[in-house]
Amino acid sequence: MALLNRQHIKLNNRGVRNATAFGSLNLGSMVFIKKLTSDGSDDDLSFVDGTSDVVLDDTYKEYIFLCNDIHPETDDGDFSFQGNAVGGSGYNETITSTYFRAYHNEDDDSTALQYLASKDQAQGTGFQILAQGMGNGNDECTSGYLHLFNPGSTTFIKHFTSRFNTYEGSNFSIDQFCSGYFNTTSAIDEIQFKMASDEIQGGTVSLYGIK
Amino acid sequence: MGRGPVGAPALIKYNDQSISAVTEIAAAAKDAMVLITTVTASDDSSTDFVHGTNDVVLDSTYPVYLFKFINIHPGTNDKEMHIYFTTDGTNWNASKTTTWFNAVHDAAETYTGGPAYNTNRDVQGTGAQTLTQSVGNENDESCSGEMWLFNPSSTTFVKHFLTHVSTKWEAGDAESDDFGAGYVNTTSAVTGVRFIFNSGNIDSCTFKLYGIKDS
Repeated sequence: MALLNRQHIKLNNRGVRNATAFGSLNLGSMVFIKKLTSDGSDDDLSFVDGTSDVVLDDTYKEYIFLCNDIHPETDDGDFSFQGNAVGGSGYNETITSTYFRAYHNEDDDSTALQYLASKDQAQGTGFQILAQGMGNGNDECTSGYLHLFNPGSTTFIKHFTSRFNTYEGSNFSIDQFCSGYFNTTSAIDEIQFKMASDEIQGGTVSLYGIK
Repeated sequence: MGRGPVGAPALIKYNDQSISAVTEIAAAAKDAMVLITTVTASDDSSTDFVHGTNDVVLDSTYPVYLFKFINIHPGTNDKEMHIYFTTDGTNWNASKTTTWFNAVHDAAETYTGGPAYNTNRDVQGTGAQTLTQSVGNENDESCSGEMWLFNPSSTTFVKHFLTHVSTKWEAGDAESDDFGAGYVNTTSAVTGVRFIFNSGNIDSCTFKLYGIKDS
C-alpha cells in the first residue's frame, strides 16, 4: 500500500511512489487538521468529524481551535459555539460554564474585572458565548483559542476552556475567559461556531489535534 | 527540509524495502507549531524580536505566533517586565488598549490578593504594557510565561495579544499569576516585539518564538 505520494517523499532528490511504511520520525505534537475561512457571509463555521478532512474523535485527547480576526456582520456581536454528540441532532448539548472578563476602554475612563452571569450557562443547551460585543468597524474583530478535552470519551463529561480578546463595539478591549463542560457521556464529534445573531463576515477558525 | 538524508534506512520503506538517502519530506508531515528562534538573554537591556533580523520571522508566514519566556531574571531587584510593539522595526511606540489583572499568594500564607484589576498596569496609548511586576533577583527568582499574538501582519484589523505569566515576587516569596491582553491599535503590520524591564537589564532568560501553521 502506498502511504504517501511522490510529492511527499523524495529519494535522492526524486519523488518516489509506493512508500509502504513510515517509521518513527518525530512529526511533532501539534497537528493541523482543518481551517475554515469565512467567505464574508457565513451563518456558521462547522467542524464535523469525518467530513471535509475534519478529525474530531478519539484520535486526539485534546483539540485546539484557534480563532483569528473573527469579524461580525452586526455591531456588538457575540461569538459563540456549541457541540453535537454522536448520533444527536442539532447543536444543543447541555453545558454548565463560567464566564469572566477584564475590560478597558480607549477613553481610558472605564476598567473592571468581573464575572458575567449573563454569559454563563447552568445546564443550558444554548450556544456558549466565547467573545462578547465585538465591533463591526473595519478594523474590529476578536481572536483567541478554545481547548476541547477528550471529546471522544464515552465515560466522562467533556471539558473546554477558552480565552479571547475582543475589540468591542464601543472601543473597549475585553479579555474574556470561559470554561465549562458538556454534560454528556456521549462523544462530541461536531463543533459549530456562529454569531449570536447575524453572520460571521470574516476571519478563520483552525482546528489542531494535540498528540 | 534540507538536502541530504533525513531518515535512517528503517524509517521509510519503498516497495517493502527500507531505503536510505531520503532527501525531502513534505510539509504535510511536520508539526503545526514551528520553532522559529530561541534567544538566550545575558545581561541585555532588552530582547527584541524584529522580522528579518537574527532569524526572526514575524510576518504573514504564520497567522498566529506564540512567545515563550522561561525564567526571566532581572539584573536588579523588584522590576516590572514590559512589552512594546513596533510597526517599523525601530520605533517601539505602537498604540495599545490593554487590560491587566492578577492574583497573589505569599509563601508564609499570610496574604492572598485578587484576582483584581490593576489600572497601573494596563495602558491606553503608546506606553508600556506590563507582563508582570515585582520580579525578584535573588538567584532562584524569576518569571515565566507566554504571549499569543494573532495575525500581526494584518493591514485590515487591529492585532490582538494574550499574556499569562507566573512570577516569584521579590517580597514574601509570593507567587503572582498575571493576565494581560489587548490589541495593538493599528492597521499597519506589527513587525516586532520588545521585552524589557522598567529599568535595569535582563540578567538571563530563554525566549522562544513559535509560528503556528494553518495549512
